[in-house]
Amino acid sequence: MNFILHIWRQQNAESLGDFVTYQVDNIDGDTSFLEMLDQLNEQLIEKGEDCVVFDYDCREGICGTCSLVINGHPHGEKNATATCQLYMRDYANQNELWIEPWRASSFPVIKDLAVDRDAFDRIIQAGGFISVSTGSAPEANSQLVSKDNADNAFDAATCIGCGACVAVCPNASASLFVAAKINHFHQLPQGRVESKNRAKRMINQMEVEGFGSCSNHRHCEVVCPQEISVSNITLMNSLL
Amino acid sequence: MHNLNPNEPSGPLENRWEKHLFGLALIAPQNRKKYNIIVIGTGLAGASLCATLGEAGYNVKSFCYNDSPRRAHSIAAQGGINASKNYQNDGDSTWRLFYDTIKGGDFRARESNVYRLAQLSCNIIDQAVSQGVPFAREYSGYLANRSFGGTQVSRTFYARGQTGQQLLLGAYSAMSKEISSGRVKHQSRSEMLELIIVKDRARGIVVRDLVSGEISAHIADCVVMCTGGYSNAYYLSTNAKGCNTSATWRAYKKGAYFANPSFTQIHPTCVPPTGDNQSKLTLMSESLRNDGRIWAPKNIKDCNKDPNNINEEDRDYFLERMYPAFANLVPRDIASRALKGICDEGRGVGSKVNNQRLGVYLDFSSVIEKIGLEKVKEKYGNLFDMYKSITGENPYQVPMKIYPAPHYTMGGLWVDYNLMTTINGLFATGEANFSDHGANRLGASALMQGLADGYFIAPQTVANYLARSQFEEIDDNHPEVVASLESVKARIGKLMNAPKPKHSPDYFHQKLGRILWSACGMSREKQALKAAMKDISELESEFWQSIKVTGSESDFNQTLEKAGRVADFIELGYLMCRDAIDREESCGAHARLEFLAESGDAKRDDENYSHVAAWEFQDGTPVLHKEHLHFEFIKPSVRDYK
Ligand SMILES: Cc1cc2nc3c(=O)[nH]c(=O)nc-3n(C[C@H](O)[C@H](O)[C@H](O)COP(=O)(O)OP(=O)(O)OC[C@H]3O[C@@H](n4cnc5c(N)ncnc54)[C@H](O)[C@@H]3O)c2cc1C
Ligand code: SF4
Ligand code: FES
Repeated sequence: MNFILHIWRQQNAESLGDFVTYQVDNIDGDTSFLEMLDQLNEQLIEKGEDCVVFDYDCREGICGTCSLVINGHPHGEKNATATCQLYMRDYANQNELWIEPWRASSFPVIKDLAVDRDAFDRIIQAGGFISVSTGSAPEANSQLVSKDNADNAFDAATCIGCGACVAVCPNASASLFVAAKINHFHQLPQGRVESKNRAKRMINQMEVEGFGSCSNHRHCEVVCPQEISVSNITLMNSLL
Repeated sequence: MHNLNPNEPSGPLENRWEKHLFGLALIAPQNRKKYNIIVIGTGLAGASLCATLGEAGYNVKSFCYNDSPRRAHSIAAQGGINASKNYQNDGDSTWRLFYDTIKGGDFRARESNVYRLAQLSCNIIDQAVSQGVPFAREYSGYLANRSFGGTQVSRTFYARGQTGQQLLLGAYSAMSKEISSGRVKHQSRSEMLELIIVKDRARGIVVRDLVSGEISAHIADCVVMCTGGYSNAYYLSTNAKGCNTSATWRAYKKGAYFANPSFTQIHPTCVPPTGDNQSKLTLMSESLRNDGRIWAPKNIKDCNKDPNNINEEDRDYFLERMYPAFANLVPRDIASRALKGICDEGRGVGSKVNNQRLGVYLDFSSVIEKIGLEKVKEKYGNLFDMYKSITGENPYQVPMKIYPAPHYTMGGLWVDYNLMTTINGLFATGEANFSDHGANRLGASALMQGLADGYFIAPQTVANYLARSQFEEIDDNHPEVVASLESVKARIGKLMNAPKPKHSPDYFHQKLGRILWSACGMSREKQALKAAMKDISELESEFWQSIKVTGSESDFNQTLEKAGRVADFIELGYLMCRDAIDREESCGAHARLEFLAESGDAKRDDENYSHVAAWEFQDGTPVLHKEHLHFEFIKPSVRDYK
């Protein structure tokens, strides 16, 4: 397969960016989307040009590092899939691809396709934890947790912190990310004690970071690679 | 060569850690804020340590190359974490976990350390549950367990297929709490490129800001390395792309001994490689071996047939045939070697890579028949989906294909019982140290070790070191600091300006990977290792002649990052082969073809090789030191899984 790629190139946060067009040929269907970009970068090195910067690490959909908007869709069109798990066989009948970074003022572009998501870390620092110190934990089975609660907590906890929900939201809201963390802890007796306070602090930080608020567009749930449900947001609101 | 002293306590095994703890010096709470500690790497080992040191009141400065601590490679661990809680009342105990780990490691680990690890395993689960780690539970509300990776008890705690993710998010949240308290100062997208030693003590590091390219020095009273393993030396592995040896290799070149570098674990159940452009291999959780049956066609002519059309009598369930007692659940090294053997015989399946079919079937049809599709979906749904998205094939209908891939490195920086390297004030924890897993790690025990090190061991031993030391004031103008900064800049200059720039970092990395995979992978042999050392030396000179890095060094430059890591992997690759040659026995994952039993199993030579091989960098050449292993409590036996 051959592809025409329109890739967003931007030197740094201060500079203006633009699309640059490249071509990659002879791409095998079993090649992953990121491996296709690797091949482009190999070409660029050969030509003596600066490579396209894009974020990745695990390449198996779990670390949340990868982050591309492909043809207008964060993580591409495929449901429940992070960018690194896309394969070129999924693009067999598209030969032109537009590749951009996450777009949100709280996620400034650092270079090309990579953005700064430190705001998410600061939201967690504001309250996304249970205040237990090492050594003071009681015996693990001394507090029972119903299977339903444990499963719900797990479902919310699988958020990989990728930021696609922000990238797709017309308000650039981080509500899905924040709500998932709040609900994860709220489902568990260990975490419930601090629920209200935690929610207040995390939501406050979300506003400080400049993320918008939720007005129920629900696009976030659709692009989320972990299928985090918007029902988490309802729960979060009920805690306020 | 001299014998290394592990500083182990003596006496009854059960009391050693407690006795040792009592002997450690303490620092009073109000004095702790006067001490500065650098932690490099914030995966499970590093994040848990940062959290604990912060809570205790020390000043911690941490770094990671990822864009957030939450993204460390630990996040990818699927299967679970062991603890000898004996919740299932199936005869588990601290002693049994200790015994299994020593035996699984083929008697190449230190008894005192492994016993301590088993003792601390239960506290880890308590800690994680309190942090909100959503482990699997029974309907009763109690924690669930499963049996994992070749053990006969159910001691593995898990969170569906995402145990590493949940444990890391727990440690990351605990660390985040300390960042907000101001006691931990963290810098992401930062790579450690040099260790600063002043008067024989580790006193700081040189870091490159991966976004701006800025090089800076950071000074502290001691340094802890939690930088993970080096499976990526093989290029294709199950590790995250950024995993590297650079931090540990810098330490080695500054005098820390590197132990058992050739002990690398090749995991049997990974999605097979398909072509030359592949960038990584994906692990399919070992738990699949609990229900899947592994087979290959008996006849070569069937290898490209649709597996569903191969008759039952033409299938060779080779693990069941070779190892009737443990069958599909034999330890990783044994399964991997058997699998490779089948493919080398020409009985592999799947598409050809370099003229060989690399794969065997992992078949779920009998379990689907037995417990039904829905139950199988519930158990393995996410793994099956993952397999489907990678390969485009539906494992509910067609058997999966699997092939071994480098996965974990038992080797690493040599540490004593205090987790201190041979450099004063330089500690190593988690996969970065040579660890408690001997020559082979059992499933679900790396997470346990990283967290035992980070939550419970290093915080105490680091404090002891600080309490017993005097530190002179140093600043950025100290000659050692200046020299370290200069050497980093010079090296980057060399990477950017090779005399005849021609090839990308990946070009060299792939070449190195192929050399190591064939000579220092699942089976090793003296002549091949020797040839590999020669090839690696040549590759090294070619690298420095023709490495081509485009872009600028004072910018976000992933090509430069890769080049620096590959340069270190090349040097490490040489040492891996050197170590493999030196160990003229087979043990655990280290299979020397000249030293295998007739059955193909590893044949240890306890008389001559019951030691840890610790390599010192001396004027450019590795010099061997030995730590002799004493088995006072468990008599080394033949690891028999027949
Ligand atoms: C796919 C997979 C599945 C696994 N499943 C299991 C399992 O089920 N159970 C189990 O027990 N084990 C499992 N393991 C093994 C286990 O996950 C790892 O051994 C363990 O998580 C390592 O933790 P760590 O904290 O030592 O290192 P890592 O998690 O690798 O963290 C390394 C840290 O160091 C940083 N770093 C590295 N180099 C530098 C540098 N030069 N400068 C600055 N920072 C640096 C990184 O940014 C990162 O923060 C699995 C491994 C893999 C690959
Ligand atoms: S909620 Fe979903 S889309 Fe948002 S950060 Fe988490 S995983 Fe990504
Ligand atoms: S690279 Fe880790 S989720 Fe995509």
